[in-house]
Amino acid sequence: MKSTGLSKAIATAVGLTLGGSASAVEEHSAALNMTKGATDISAEVYGLHMTIFYICCVIGVLVFGVMFYSIFKHRKSKGAVAATFHHSTVVEVVWTAVPLIILISMAIPAAKTLIAMEDSSESDMTIKVTGYQWKWHYEYMGEGVDFYSQLDAEHNVARQLDSGVDVNQFHWYLKEVDNELVVPVGKKIRFLHTAADVIHAWWVPDLAVKKDAIPGFINENWAYINEPGVFRGKCAELCGRDHGFMPIVVRAVTQEEFDVWLAEKKGGSTEVAAADSTAEAVVETAGGGGEAAAPAAELSQEDLIAHGSEVYAQQCVACHQTKGQGIPPMFPAITGSAVATGPIEDHINIVLNGKPGTSMAGFKGRLSDEDLAAVITFQRNGLGNSVGDSVQAAQLAGN
Amino acid sequence: MSAAADSHHDDHDHHGPEKGIKRWLYTTNHKDLGTLYLWFAFIMFFIGGLMALVIRAELFTPGMQFVDPGFFNSMTTMHAIIMIFGGVMPAFVGLANWMIPMMVGGPDMALPRLNNWSFWIMPFALSIFLSTLLMEGGGPASGWTLYAPLSLQGGDSFAFVIVSIHFMGISSVMGSINIIATILNMRAPGMTLMKMPLFVWTWLITAFLLIAVIPVFAGAVTMLLTDRYFGTSFFSAAGGGDPVMYQHIFWFFGHPEVYILILPAFGIVSQIIPTFARKPLFGYSSMVYATGSIAFLSFIVWAHHMFTVGMPLAGELFFMFATMMIAVPTGVKVFNWIATMWRGSMTFETPMLFALGFVVMFTFGGFSGLMLAMTPADIQYHDTYFVVAHFHYVLVPGAIFSIIAACYYWLPKWTGNMYDEKLGKMHFWLSTFFVNLLFFPMHFVGLAGMPRRIPDYNLQFADLNMWATVGAFGFGFSQVLFLFIVIKCIKGGEKATDQVWEGAEGLEWTVASPAPYHTFETPPEIK
Repeated sequence: MKSTGLSKAIATAVGLTLGGSASAVEEHSAALNMTKGATDISAEVYGLHMTIFYICCVIGVLVFGVMFYSIFKHRKSKGAVAATFHHSTVVEVVWTAVPLIILISMAIPAAKTLIAMEDSSESDMTIKVTGYQWKWHYEYMGEGVDFYSQLDAEHNVARQLDSGVDVNQFHWYLKEVDNELVVPVGKKIRFLHTAADVIHAWWVPDLAVKKDAIPGFINENWAYINEPGVFRGKCAELCGRDHGFMPIVVRAVTQEEFDVWLAEKKGGSTEVAAADSTAEAVVETAGGGGEAAAPAAELSQEDLIAHGSEVYAQQCVACHQTKGQGIPPMFPAITGSAVATGPIEDHINIVLNGKPGTSMAGFKGRLSDEDLAAVITFQRNGLGNSVGDSVQAAQLAGN
Repeated sequence: MSAAADSHHDDHDHHGPEKGIKRWLYTTNHKDLGTLYLWFAFIMFFIGGLMALVIRAELFTPGMQFVDPGFFNSMTTMHAIIMIFGGVMPAFVGLANWMIPMMVGGPDMALPRLNNWSFWIMPFALSIFLSTLLMEGGGPASGWTLYAPLSLQGGDSFAFVIVSIHFMGISSVMGSINIIATILNMRAPGMTLMKMPLFVWTWLITAFLLIAVIPVFAGAVTMLLTDRYFGTSFFSAAGGGDPVMYQHIFWFFGHPEVYILILPAFGIVSQIIPTFARKPLFGYSSMVYATGSIAFLSFIVWAHHMFTVGMPLAGELFFMFATMMIAVPTGVKVFNWIATMWRGSMTFETPMLFALGFVVMFTFGGFSGLMLAMTPADIQYHDTYFVVAHFHYVLVPGAIFSIIAACYYWLPKWTGNMYDEKLGKMHFWLSTFFVNLLFFPMHFVGLAGMPRRIPDYNLQFADLNMWATVGAFGFGFSQVLFLFIVIKCIKGGEKATDQVWEGAEGLEWTVASPAPYHTFETPPEIK
């Protein structure tokens, strides 16, 4: 029973490895051990981990060997007669000193690696990572490129309680995002970490990078990725209800590919990037730009509601829930709420600017005006509400 | 000393306990209060255990099947707080109540009324704590560490959580004062400090740790309370405060707290192994000094829980070295236990089995602890299931196995009856099998990248999580067997002798079984 389970686990691990279209480095994450990772540092950390593990194994074999020898030999049923000794200074000094020496021999390489990990000087580029409940924001410092990254929309539907979706169909279940963080290989990348609401932690095992993102503080660390690949991570610090659902995907590409990607990002709008995956339905009417230079086309209320429900499912559902019932008192209901059924100006104000002192962050700048108008209209005319009014993207200017 | 004992005997009569519920409400008898503490802890183990089963049920397969993620977080938070403050700590205090006066040859605890009070606070504190589950917004869901600013979100149950933590803290501090007063003042003539049984020694040191750190925790949660309700900004950067400061204060309490949960366990195992090896404890004085060193080190390693918060390099190096040092005195203890077994004449009754299980599996937890001490590796391990595996190994087959061992060891003294040895052995083997099925796979999912405190996970972790869940249910049901064994033993069984165990030494084995309501009213003579 146990052995078939084990072989099944190994088979699964192998299956994941073969099934993945990802790089060689990524495959290791499906194994049962720490990843060697994709950087020199992560390989060093792996080396330390295995060394201390083997040391523990040797000590374990010796200590438990003596113990079980004693258990089998020195038992009353075998006629053992108890000795009376109860201390020995020599032995006690030895088993205090020997572990001390082993520890010192481990502390030296560990300290060396740690010093290297903490040295983020002379970096080639800097990316600021901001944690939100429950998504990441990436800003390429000095490049004018920034975007949000959150759990893939399909996974987000599948992971809801009683969603009826079989999660086994997703190979990278809960490890896929809408917008990947793209970085070049062969560059020392410095990451700056902070957060907007509560403490998060940005962790990518393959880079041996894990750092708390703390509101009001900026932490830093770095990675130098050797080979192209896709590296997946997770938020590691409990950050509330959807802590388990804010993955990280880092795509390392060659410098040339990165330059092309960056240029594309700069050419297109940075603001709509976050909404790309949901905005397809109305992309032709949205005018393709979030700069609002050209007035966006008027949409019918049906179109607004249709698109708004998609935006809602992506952006709002985590707190306010699929049917708008919320999780009071922390996350108020939208259905029948004073905001969603009251004057539309107040509703717009809260969605755009947030509500201070609560987890409701402002979505202005995080979503395009088209998405904002659609989702506000949806909230007033869906989820059990039927106010009847609507708002167009153009009307949001100035709020 | 005899004057203090006499003052309770207004009728100058060696009376027995009162009848009915009053006996338990008004009792100042250390044995009654010990019993109350132990039953209370037993109930809390089952409540906390049920919460663990909710967690494990949700984690049985990928996808969300049973609970909302917010409720899941409540379960992890409340499971931890109930197990620590409602389970392990009261169980140790119960054992201290029962055994310390008998082990040092004193008539009762030094402060009997305080003793009554410190127990009866607990049911109220835990009831308030549990009632938060029914409040709007649900129970606390920010992890047992209550990190700001996350803990400041959420419903108004927060205020109830804080008040219940204060009550638990008051109870612990009063209990500790009582234990220290008892050990320092109630010893029989001739019972010098270095003649005290190890269980008494470890509790003395634990009690000092509790007095030192519970007020620190009380301060931290009070600052959370004022941040939440009175507009202060101790832990909010926006108001000039510092969220990391909360973590420093918390772990200044939290790390000694970890040793509070394990030092009495060391004491118990140091009582049991010599008894069943029929040989004196090896290195008694080095055991005492090792306990003291561990207690001292516990105050200077707290930030090893925080290697990813962005401390200066010098701080990280200091806390790494200090943490690695703990392996030395802890190793000394393990070596001493094995040297005690060496060339002994061992038998393997249930208490000995649990004690040996403790030595092996606690050492597993020690090994993963050593790995976690290496800061660069810890950065990978931190907040993963590897950590969950580590602290559950030291707490479940560690602390809880020692409590179970203690119960089997002293049950005949408490009840006058032997427990059912066959069932006891079955309980040991079932618990040991399932506890490893439960926690061993967690090492691997953690190393492979599964963070802790998540309700759902990638398919790659599915098989091992399934095993862990099977182990959890198996372990849970094995403890129902324990309940059955305890009740059966109370109801009857083969009569126990005064000494109970062939190799048992110490004052508690010189009194009758069951132990009379009052013992050592005349101090015994210590050779």
